[in-house]
Amino acid sequence: MNVTRGFTGRPRVHNPGLPPGQYDAGDDWPVLSAEVTPDLAASDWTFRVDGLVERPQTWDWAAAHALPASSYEGDIHCVTSWSKFGVRFGGVSLDTFLAAVGPHASATHAVAYAHTGYTASLPLADLTGGRAWIAFEYDGRPLAAEHGGPARLLVPHLYFWKSAKWIAGLTLLDHDEPGFWEQNGYHARGNPWDEQRYSGD
Amino acid sequence: MTATTTARTAFVPPTRFAVPGRIDAGEAAVEWQTATLTEIRRETPRAATFRFAVPAWAGHLPGQHLMLRLTAADGYVAQRHYSIASAPDGSGHIELTLDHVEGGEVSGWFHTEARPGDQVQVRGPLSGFFAWPGDRPALLIGAGSGVVPLMSMVRHHRERRLSVPLRLLVSARGPRELIYADEYGTETTPVFTRTAPAGVPVGRMTAAHVAPLLAERPDGGWEAYVCGSNAFAEHASRLLVAAGQPVDRIRIERFG
Repeated sequence: MNVTRGFTGRPRVHNPGLPPGQYDAGDDWPVLSAEVTPDLAASDWTFRVDGLVERPQTWDWAAAHALPASSYEGDIHCVTSWSKFGVRFGGVSLDTFLAAVGPHASATHAVAYAHTGYTASLPLADLTGGRAWIAFEYDGRPLAAEHGGPARLLVPHLYFWKSAKWIAGLTLLDHDEPGFWEQNGYHARGNPWDEQRYSGD
Repeated sequence: MTATTTARTAFVPPTRFAVPGRIDAGEAAVEWQTATLTEIRRETPRAATFRFAVPAWAGHLPGQHLMLRLTAADGYVAQRHYSIASAPDGSGHIELTLDHVEGGEVSGWFHTEARPGDQVQVRGPLSGFFAWPGDRPALLIGAGSGVVPLMSMVRHHRERRLSVPLRLLVSARGPRELIYADEYGTETTPVFTRTAPAGVPVGRMTAAHVAPLLAERPDGGWEAYVCGSNAFAEHASRLLVAAGQPVDRIRIERFG
């Protein structure tokens, strides 16, 4: 252990919800997108699921909102070390979208892409089983543009760069296709509990 | 990533993206290394530069960052991402410029406790999207300590005597808060938001600051790098878009 002389750090708080190397950002919700926040109206938003599926489909705002609502209440974790507790997102479970398109048995991964062209790659298993959403609301209000509104992907059990803002679609694949951050040295899966920040972790 | 070994066609999103990676970042630096503090220089009342000896430093590109880790005696660890301020100079030294963040456990240690000879752990360099290899004309816009990764680019440009155009617009509350104030040359235009020397206007960065730079139209166009708080990044990137800078040539690094 390389102890830093004179460093004591914040008062220790026992927080079993805090993954290794993370700190509680409290009320802050930093914005870290690498691109210009797009001027994307809800009426122009669409979400498509295609690739290795039976029935590729595109939903517009009204069609997506006609699907059963589902919410997430819990924590989110950013690879830059902040975590945010007790957040509340409203939207639609990704299981609902996937059930509509019928993924092929050969589909193992997905690329999530944004209306800005941002991409993130994920194992398909991380997008199913009630663990991923298309989120329209935060804390009961429309999701702000800088946080990915009108709609973002939400995969809260992985580092938050996987939760693509301004989500435009998912393409299901039979292999891992590195997305933007994954091509820039970040981990293929990004599980905060295993501290999978960078490739090689 | 070589094309010859890629059997499949890479996924191309239907929408083009801002900021494709500038370099092949490849495998990230996995190893933590010991960095020994060798010098502390005050920059402003709130910011200081910390110089470290990192003998096995792999080298970096201007604009890249690293992860820094402090460890308490009971094993408690705090780690943060910081932009690298120094140019890649092969000296085995790197510099970071840190604000003293109110209540910040890491920046607080640096500003109140740290002294030459102290050792911390670093891991890097990290990430390629904000890197500037010195190839394309660079239009740099920063505010506060957001100027830090941009200064690495300015220093690199200067040390390598690069001929590719480079301009820096840097916003600070006043002359006393302007980091690296003595180092700027003709490439830099400071913008003061609260107080300014006599004859210099006070106010927020506006379209009038950006327009003459975009009017220069260097060969190949500007690659724009914006760094600062989210509020500043939103403001500056909107100014750039409104002035005609393509969104896929704007790279943004926000504090957080």
